[in-house]
Amino acid sequence: MPIVRTKGSTRNDHQLNKGIWADGESRAANPLAHTDGNEPGFNVVGKRMPLKDAYKKVTGEGVYADDMRLPGMLFARVLHATRPHAKIKRLDTSRAEALPGVRAVTIGADAPIRFGVLPVSQDETAMAVDKVIFAGEAVAAVAADSEEIAATACNLIEVEYEEMPAFLKPHDSLKKVASPEHQIHDKVDKNFPGTNIHKAVDQEFGDVTAAFKAARSTPSGTFMFEGVSHGFTEPHSVLAHWDADDRLFLYTPQQVPHYTHLALAKVLEMDLHRINVVRTMVGGGFGGKSDPFPHEVIACLLAKKTRRPVKLTMDREECFLVNRARHPSEIKMALAFDPQGKLIGMDSDALIDGGAAGSFGVVSTYYNGVLSNGPYYLPAFRYKGRRVYSNRPASGAMRGHGSVNPRHAMEVLVDMAAVELGLDPCELRLRNFLPEQCLTPFHKFRITSNGIREGLEEVMRLSDWKNKWGKLPYGRGIGVACSFFISGSALPIHWNKLPQSTVHLKIDMDGGIAVHSLAAEIGQGSDTVLAQMVAEVLGVNMDRIHVRSQETDLAPIDLGSYSSRVTFMAGNAAREAAEKIRADLAAAAARLTGQPAQYFDFAGEKLICRSKPNIAVTFMEALHEAQVDRGALCASGCYVSPPLGTEFKGSNAGLSPSYSFSAYICEVDVDPETGFVQPVHVWAAHDCGRALNPLAVEGQIEGSVHMGLGQALTETMRYRNGQLLNANFLDYKIPTPYETPEMDIVIVESIDPEGPFGAKECGEGGLAPIIPAVGNAIYDAVGVRLFEVPMTPDRVLRAIEEKKRAAK
Amino acid sequence: MSKKLLKLTVNGRAVEIACAPNQTLANALRDELNLTGTKIGCDMGTCGCCTVEVNGKAKLSCLTLAHECEGASITTIEGLNQYQMHPLQKAFAECGGSQCGYCTAGFVMKSHALLAECPNPTREQLKEELAGNLCRCTGFIKIYDAVERAASELREKAPVEPAPATAR
Repeated sequence: MPIVRTKGSTRNDHQLNKGIWADGESRAANPLAHTDGNEPGFNVVGKRMPLKDAYKKVTGEGVYADDMRLPGMLFARVLHATRPHAKIKRLDTSRAEALPGVRAVTIGADAPIRFGVLPVSQDETAMAVDKVIFAGEAVAAVAADSEEIAATACNLIEVEYEEMPAFLKPHDSLKKVASPEHQIHDKVDKNFPGTNIHKAVDQEFGDVTAAFKAARSTPSGTFMFEGVSHGFTEPHSVLAHWDADDRLFLYTPQQVPHYTHLALAKVLEMDLHRINVVRTMVGGGFGGKSDPFPHEVIACLLAKKTRRPVKLTMDREECFLVNRARHPSEIKMALAFDPQGKLIGMDSDALIDGGAAGSFGVVSTYYNGVLSNGPYYLPAFRYKGRRVYSNRPASGAMRGHGSVNPRHAMEVLVDMAAVELGLDPCELRLRNFLPEQCLTPFHKFRITSNGIREGLEEVMRLSDWKNKWGKLPYGRGIGVACSFFISGSALPIHWNKLPQSTVHLKIDMDGGIAVHSLAAEIGQGSDTVLAQMVAEVLGVNMDRIHVRSQETDLAPIDLGSYSSRVTFMAGNAAREAAEKIRADLAAAAARLTGQPAQYFDFAGEKLICRSKPNIAVTFMEALHEAQVDRGALCASGCYVSPPLGTEFKGSNAGLSPSYSFSAYICEVDVDPETGFVQPVHVWAAHDCGRALNPLAVEGQIEGSVHMGLGQALTETMRYRNGQLLNANFLDYKIPTPYETPEMDIVIVESIDPEGPFGAKECGEGGLAPIIPAVGNAIYDAVGVRLFEVPMTPDRVLRAIEEKKRAAK
Repeated sequence: MSKKLLKLTVNGRAVEIACAPNQTLANALRDELNLTGTKIGCDMGTCGCCTVEVNGKAKLSCLTLAHECEGASITTIEGLNQYQMHPLQKAFAECGGSQCGYCTAGFVMKSHALLAECPNPTREQLKEELAGNLCRCTGFIKIYDAVERAASELREKAPVEPAPATAR
């Protein structure tokens, strides 16, 4: 797999920075900025290596929550609502409680305090209180001696509903309700009282009307996106234990143990320090395990009642109903291009179906607009976003959060403009890319490193774009799309002054290096990447590094694994902690040798004097000298985003210390008889700064392509009357090996000036461009534009037939 | 439901366990024998996470009743790792064929059964054989890499003729 290094990456980026931050000379002095033009020879960073926990996973040794067994453990099952919107007239658990083997039953009234991942959307309860707001909501739960008994008991619980009008189409949620009780939640956007609008965003910058007046090409479309699911293979499973010391332990496959920790303390009215949230191995997250969940609270409630360990493992259908996946949406978007093909304006209107809870939705509503500010320079911007509550399972954050659907709309429109202007779609994109080292015009996103130009040029070359686009036979086509994504949200969702990431290191005389962090290893390799950075700084082998990233009791606070933040933020924290230890070890080496501390290089488990390479001490010698009169070496490193952005309401959304960029080309076969689309090959270039572990980077991009192809072609959550119809992997169609094409991954290394060792994100940004690349390839193949996603055979065929009819 | 005794050979060891008539092999392995390396992803035969070998054939243990396996020889992911890691396991780790790891046991077991019959599979054969297993992390590419690497290592290790069909 090729690695492309951008031209800018060898420059002294500290110096360049000074030109673009009008108010911020000091930022360029960030001590963590690393690139200095002299490429250091790295020993660990940049090397392909297996994930630190890979051997545990391939042998079956790895312990996921459902694999845990504690003495005296009980099993829980949940009773789910059968109506989308209804008052609970009667809830009788007496028959369930009387069943032999049942140890406890819990209902919504046991924990009426509201919670939610965002402080501004505290609208969830562990179980329904007084009314149910989606079919599938938890109504009651049972802990029993076996799962079978718990399930039987759930069936004995009697619920009487009084149905209310259900809001199942997002357009209905925009309207004023007939009666206040029809509001799904009483708190809605303050500008739209009496509706079911959760969040409204209206932003306009630059002269959009003038841009559209002056434009030569103004492609527009109304795009429909159905809901998709994360489809992680490990079902939700949690184990709660309220122990004899009156402390609560919750074992949970969480992407963000810290938010669960906060939510439990709130709902259960406990001091934080009495709760230990323990992350078990996470069998896939993709955003679907990043909310604090009702089922986590339920397990804790049952553990409190029984004072015994309670395990709650959900079945696949329940996982679909917990949802929190990508918002279904309807996006009306128009772009304006001048005669030279310069993008001069965007007008976008997004109606976003949030389902029955706020979740990350306020952020999603902003992202649907503001993440259109790249990778192209956009001088006039209008966005109207409405996220509405509906009586469906809650939408939330999913890989590429908030950027994926509008990205499809934008990239298809860019393609339409290219056709209208008679330009090659790649050429049109090349004319519009943001440069390196710039600020976007209004939201002031700070683009530090940017390798999109190199990326697009490389995939054009590899795919033989110039000889293929517009030249392939009918039924085969090639398409392109580009994207960008945040490398960690700069603003923490809890507005406090604590660091966003803290990492502790501890080295005792055994020479093992414990890395304590609460960044969650979810299969993406976060433990590995932190270990690599520490090993690199200290010049030691990877097997010395033991990452302990499980328990809130032991690990310092980290905002966890979402918004593509771990490599950048936890990585910078780990690096800073390691630098502190390095200074201690260098001082020890100086004492042992009489050479100045700053002369020591760390590599190969040795500290070697740079000017006199025959003078060296081993890592262990330096360590033991450093420990004299002191004991274990401990250090803490942390990361706080630099001040970014500008001052208007909502201006914090989309700010990130750095952005990744992607350029994808996809070739497809379209069967004009059936409408079936088969992706043939994908060339995917992703700028991740420096690839700290190229094997893992490729894995992230390949996985993103696969997941994006699912949304592009086959995946959709289907509902009838508010009931989810296809909550299983047979009817919810994730691409199999047959539908997954071969891929060429191009890693573009722009070497970010503030990323640890120059790294930025690679886990999410690579998803969005594949969907429009497929759409644009379908157009190249058969000449039809699809405005509905997924682009299923029936839709493709209908479009082909309509085109034929229109031609007659 | 009342449990009945059941005799099996699991990972080369004869065991006798008590299982309910409706207990799946997946649950029996996990709950009665504590072999939790076998994962349950869907419990309805759609994801392949629970794949084990029953008499050398890959089977979905969530769709197999424990009592159907009376007298059978079962191999699970733990059985491949006796005293040393199997080349497939090593290759899945080192080629990046395992990210979150939840589907890995199923893929390794399915591949193990495949390589016993077909020591040198083509990419097309791999796609066909692995189509019943779901991986949400890797996009399958690195899984093919892993199986191909392990297959080549196994062929070098044991350059003998593949077992005759009657042995299966």
